[in-house]
Amino acid sequence: MEKLVSLIPVFPLVGFLYIIFLGKGLSKNTIGAIGSGAIFLAFITSILVFTTQLHGANPTIVKVIDWITTPKFDIDISFIVDPLSTIYLLFITGVGFLIHVYSIGYMHEDEGFNRFIAYLNLFVFFMLILVLGDSYAMMFVGWEGVGVCSFMLIGFWYKDMANNDAAKKAFIINRIGDLGLILGMCMIFFHTGTLRYDDLFISESAASGLHGWDLHLAAIFLFIGAMGKSAQIPLHTWLPDAMAGPTPVSALIHAATMVTAGIYMVARSSAIFSASDVASDVVMWAGILTAILGATIALTQNDIKKVLAYSTVSQLGLMFTALGMGAYSIAVFHVITHAFFKALLFLGSGSVIHAMGGEQDIRRMGGLKSHLPITHITFLIGTIAISGIPPLAGFFSKDQIIAVAFEENMIMFVLASVVSALTAFYMFRLYFLTFRGSFRGTHEQEHHLHESPKVMTIPLIVLAVLSIFGGFMGFPHAVGHAMHVPHWLDHFLENTVEMEVLDMSVGTESILMILATVIALISMYIAYTKYMKNGELALEDDEITSSTHQTLASKYYIDELYEKIIRRPVDAIAQFARNVVEPKIIDELVKQVSLIPSGLGSVAKAAQNGKLVMYVLAMIAGLIILLSTLI
Amino acid sequence: MLTIALIAVPLLMSGLIFVLGQKLARQLALLAGILQLALTVFAAIQLKYGNTSILTFQQNWIGPLGIQYHFSLDGLSIILALLTAISAPLIVYSTFNRTFKSPHVFYGLIWLMIGSMMGAFAAGDAFIFYLFYEIALIPIYFLILIWGSGDDRPKVTMKFFVYTMFGSLFMLASLLYVYAHTSPKTFGFEAMYQAGQSLSVLEQGLVFAGIFIAFAVKMPVFPFHTWQPSTYKAAPTAGTMLLAAIMLKMATFGLIRLVLPMVPDGLAEYGNWALVISVIGIVYASLLAMAQKQFKLLIAYSSVAHVGLISAGILSTNAEAIQGGLFEMLSHGILAIGLFFVYDIIETRLGHDQMDKMGGIRAVNPTFAFLYFIIVMGSVALPFTSGFVGEFLLLLGLSQYSLWLTIFGGLTVVLGAVYMLRSFQMMMLGPENTNTSGFTALTRQEKILLSIVVILVVGLGIFPHPIMDLSNKAVETLLANIR
Repeated sequence: MEKLVSLIPVFPLVGFLYIIFLGKGLSKNTIGAIGSGAIFLAFITSILVFTTQLHGANPTIVKVIDWITTPKFDIDISFIVDPLSTIYLLFITGVGFLIHVYSIGYMHEDEGFNRFIAYLNLFVFFMLILVLGDSYAMMFVGWEGVGVCSFMLIGFWYKDMANNDAAKKAFIINRIGDLGLILGMCMIFFHTGTLRYDDLFISESAASGLHGWDLHLAAIFLFIGAMGKSAQIPLHTWLPDAMAGPTPVSALIHAATMVTAGIYMVARSSAIFSASDVASDVVMWAGILTAILGATIALTQNDIKKVLAYSTVSQLGLMFTALGMGAYSIAVFHVITHAFFKALLFLGSGSVIHAMGGEQDIRRMGGLKSHLPITHITFLIGTIAISGIPPLAGFFSKDQIIAVAFEENMIMFVLASVVSALTAFYMFRLYFLTFRGSFRGTHEQEHHLHESPKVMTIPLIVLAVLSIFGGFMGFPHAVGHAMHVPHWLDHFLENTVEMEVLDMSVGTESILMILATVIALISMYIAYTKYMKNGELALEDDEITSSTHQTLASKYYIDELYEKIIRRPVDAIAQFARNVVEPKIIDELVKQVSLIPSGLGSVAKAAQNGKLVMYVLAMIAGLIILLSTLI
Repeated sequence: MLTIALIAVPLLMSGLIFVLGQKLARQLALLAGILQLALTVFAAIQLKYGNTSILTFQQNWIGPLGIQYHFSLDGLSIILALLTAISAPLIVYSTFNRTFKSPHVFYGLIWLMIGSMMGAFAAGDAFIFYLFYEIALIPIYFLILIWGSGDDRPKVTMKFFVYTMFGSLFMLASLLYVYAHTSPKTFGFEAMYQAGQSLSVLEQGLVFAGIFIAFAVKMPVFPFHTWQPSTYKAAPTAGTMLLAAIMLKMATFGLIRLVLPMVPDGLAEYGNWALVISVIGIVYASLLAMAQKQFKLLIAYSSVAHVGLISAGILSTNAEAIQGGLFEMLSHGILAIGLFFVYDIIETRLGHDQMDKMGGIRAVNPTFAFLYFIIVMGSVALPFTSGFVGEFLLLLGLSQYSLWLTIFGGLTVVLGAVYMLRSFQMMMLGPENTNTSGFTALTRQEKILLSIVVILVVGLGIFPHPIMDLSNKAVETLLANIR
């Protein structure tokens, strides 16, 4: 059954190739069916492969072909089937399928429809390679592949240069991270002689060949890769800009799957990270700072997708905080629940944008509840789920991160709780401003408001159901133990990633759960009072007077800072090299050093005088004679 | 014998084209390319099955001096033979959209050059290597001078010619010095390796310096590169392709063939500077590429950056880097042909290659943009393209020499993306404008050529194994002889 795994990426690849090369005359519905059908087949196959892992089978490596082979460094195209890869498989193909279906409706009027579905298929292909690869090198194939797909999809509407700039920015910042990852791989290979997970972590533990600062440095390099892909400080600035892409892209790539690749990688490398306290601290701090940064910026954003984007940045930060504290399985847990509710929220926002005729500013919305009943109710479910209100999915995963923080590090506990409170606030702010109150857009827009077609609302409903029940795969440990409900996910992953064993009493755990719930409810209530009861609206840009507000609304001016300290200086250096160093210094030096004998100029003259033919003939003849003397 | 045929075919065809030429020049030239490709693939298969005897040829030439006709294809040179055989028909075919004055001379010179480069790759004797290495200069000199563009090309070609000749003198001196230590006197590689390794470390270091300077000019590596952008610019596209795809590989291949096994201790002890300038060159050339407005110059500088990595990697002397270097030579050759052909397509349509005056080509000609995008991805070394295999192995190898150099040199990963995506964005994306709105569809020839390049780039990226398999053993042997 494990052998089936090599089929999984084949489906979306074939889908992509088929649509690109043979899709020209086909109707949009056919293309949509091919695209989502491919993912559906991958999903079914993933379930089959997943079932092999349910009862603690050993990790299986399935080799497809030889790839890069040198005497020592020898990497195959081959896949690993183990709990970590299969659980990722499930939600990538599952959520991916829903988003493909949704896209059929969302992109229906777009002239680039075929291209869009094809790119989505290609993306899923690379995402599957990323999690299935049996070595860092194979993971890197997927890692860069999803980056390119992200580039193509952010700049999908390529006639608008703003989209192209956002796409380029995403690719280049990711490349900085990728360099980190490459260097991490270099160090691992240098010290252990392999990049295969099997040699490093499973059959043998070559990873233990890394010691001291080599270990810390290797882990930090890997984490730099994660910073790029998963938008952590200081490489986070591309993700909000990536919202320039069509909304299903934001849901699939920039919320549910690709941006969680960094968490996957760190979890996959848990043996390395758990051995390095230095790197773990770096991960933890980068994570929590990003979580706070994202959450505070999200408070002030008025673009519905930007709020969700900063929310994603912030949630990813929480996941890294968990990773930094050694709670690898809990981070993965949050990845999964987050995939459900964040995909739901993004798709919901897409439905709103669709109804609003492209408008994304929540200051021009309001009162959409009655016009978009399904979108409204599912969006509300997503909002409750992300806010951490029980028993929805987000509650379980986030609460467990906070519980670990309580045990491990009081500062993290406090900060994570603050993030959690902020999250509930900005999400309900978003909800109230969008769906409640009265409509603030134009008449034309109001007239045009409509619920989205079924092909879009059904994915919303499915995701809403998952956002409600998804949390039960990871029931809190102590309480669960008392109630005889196991933490299924921890149990499932326990042989794959390093485990953080929480030694917490039922009482402590319950109190923490109640505390977290109360915090979320208070935040929600504040948002309710402010935006519902008092009917406050988000400020227009020129109404902002407080400098804190301005700083947050301007995203801490980080983009401007990078522009000033990196981009412009590098460009200036490049220009300086071109205009001064190259012609005035290097070339001049060459002229000084080489004493060109003027006599050589006569060769050129000979050529121009038409003696060329003779010259060449003589040369060929000479060479041929030279060779023929020996035959 | 087979090896001799691989050198003889281009030279004989060159003569044939030259004599018969006027009308049939380009057809004959393409035929020669296909013949060469078929022979080389046949040779590769022979090598794979260990049938090495027909791949070596040895006979005395100038007996008293110990100079031999010694040619052999082994696991190392077969990669370069493949590069030559793949590039040659592509380069010839790329010219089919143009007509040239005196086509028989033009195509005759191309094949003369290919033959002499093949001779250098297959040489089994240092003197033969040097001879062919130098001879290759002459045809390209005339190709640029006669069919190039720009009024300053006599000056440009002279600079190119003198510069590289000048560099070669150092190599000649080094080779003669080592030759003097062989006994009995011979230029055969094996004997030269032994003689080289028996030199004192300091002597080895000096010999290394001499040879490296020659190669540094040819590749070129910073700061010896200034002849290159102006020469590339002046050369006709086919000439640029010959230079970038094949000719410079004589130098990078020379590092593996001559430097590593001959003066390993000198390299290890005194060769640090060469790695450092190679790595500086990566970053410096990348920055220059970023600052260019003309597409052809951008490609020229990007080539300097890539070659810097090949040079630094190979000098780090380990199996990963040598394999990476060999593969990158192949990949770089194919990509260079693709990139310069993209330049050619644009230049023939717009009459210029100013990137800031373009934009919107994708909207008018999506097929072209798509094919160019894959070439861009290959040249930024995306996995599953040929560019990745080489670059990744080179970095992996270089990191065993110095992590710092790897961090610095690895900036190519980032900067490469910056300038290549910038070029893609400036030329292809955005709305079409008055310059580009009339950008006509690709001709059949253009489509076929770009498709072949793209298929090779992706194909070699996914299936590098058959190629690497050819050279694995040879690389091991090479390293075993050093240690």
